[in-house]
Amino acid sequence: MEEIYSGLLRALELIAARDPQVVEITFRSLFISLSSAFLAGIICIPLGGIIEFRQFWGKRALINLIQTLYSLPTVTVGLLVFLLISRSGPLGGLNLLFSPTGMIFGQAILISPIMIGLTVTALASVSPQIRDTARSLGATEMQLIITVIKEARVAVIAAVLLGFGRALSEVGVAMMIGGNIRGYTRVLTTAIALETSMGNLELSIALGIILISISLAINLLLNRFQGR
Amino acid sequence: MPLLEVRSLGKSIGSAEILTGINLSVERGEILGLIGPTGSGKTTLLRLVNLLDEPSTGSILFDGREVSGQPERELLAARRKMAMVFQKPVMFKARVEENVSFGLKMRGKEDAKSVRKRVKEALAAVGLSGYESRDANTLSGGEMQRIALARALVLQPELLLLDEPTANLDPRSAASIDSLLQSLAGGRTAVILATHNMQQCRKLANRVAVLQGGKLTAHGKSEEIFGPEEKSKASGPHTYGFSLPW
Repeated sequence: MEEIYSGLLRALELIAARDPQVVEITFRSLFISLSSAFLAGIICIPLGGIIEFRQFWGKRALINLIQTLYSLPTVTVGLLVFLLISRSGPLGGLNLLFSPTGMIFGQAILISPIMIGLTVTALASVSPQIRDTARSLGATEMQLIITVIKEARVAVIAAVLLGFGRALSEVGVAMMIGGNIRGYTRVLTTAIALETSMGNLELSIALGIILISISLAINLLLNRFQGR
Repeated sequence: MPLLEVRSLGKSIGSAEILTGINLSVERGEILGLIGPTGSGKTTLLRLVNLLDEPSTGSILFDGREVSGQPERELLAARRKMAMVFQKPVMFKARVEENVSFGLKMRGKEDAKSVRKRVKEALAAVGLSGYESRDANTLSGGEMQRIALARALVLQPELLLLDEPTANLDPRSAASIDSLLQSLAGGRTAVILATHNMQQCRKLANRVAVLQGGKLTAHGKSEEIFGPEEKSKASGPHTYGFSLPW
């Protein structure tokens, strides 16, 4: 108990002193997870729009599959992306393995099902009368999709924030694709895992506090957007 | 040549026939009253005319050209000459100004200054001057109904489709909207007014079509349907200080 208590105190000291290692790992984590959320967002929101607005064979099954992939194990995605970008993989020539870009790519894949699925749900929740009104007032197909996305903006932003939160807190992709290289691909989650295994509890606790604080901030932001 | 002509129009959903064999026409400057009990098919007919739904049988001619069953581009072109006010209008999550200017922005033919001016005129026409900055979703049902009317009027449609446009309004507001609609008579706009308010229909419509069970059971001049002495005693368009935005 005393060890935890002293570790906590030391961790707070590290945060208060803006320890360079803590700051660097935190900012790298934020950069990689924000980038993956942005990348996934620009692909998944329009894709969610297409799935919601187009009628095609197997649409329901596709949505079910996407929703099943919400809980995709991060190590499975890590393995998949590893196979894709490893030297002998189809994208091996891009030299993405053990790089922040590879981590962004992997995390974007990981959070895509959540973003697509929640975007579809968000758009489906917009009243059909809004669509009728927009069409009746002369909206083209594309203007209609944009109007509906605007109407569902709070829920769509929530989808992006949830995706960001999952990217920030995952460890499988970051470890397998990033390789936890100090000063290059080490992020909050992989650093916590490593420092704990090395018995460096105060640094682990400091990073843990930061991770929880960011998650809390995301949650507060979500609630604010959702008007709660 | 009538502005709108529907020939043998029918709509089925599954095995249920919602509308059967509807033949109607509307001239420019005319107000056609569409009356009938709830569930008689008035809304379905308006949606078909507005090209929001596809008819199961028959055809719709707008300005002499067949528009039903055409590709989306042609449907859109025809739809942009019409405007519809729904029975329970919904507002976009935006200010009143964005709601009223929505259709103009979709067409993208006017600059921001001109759009603002037309929005202002349309709001004045429905008695809601100064509402531009209000959040549209915080308005009362009656105000929303008038915003929906302004949103349609601002487009200066050739055909205005109204589904119970005064159902949510208090008597005074309803009367002012009636005056506004009456001032359309004789102009370039044709109006189809679906209502189960006989008094309103009697007051405004030049011709009346009666729908029952999805079929047209009577169709003729207002005097023929209601009797000559009952025809409009309504006041002029400016009675309540409202006037059309064009």
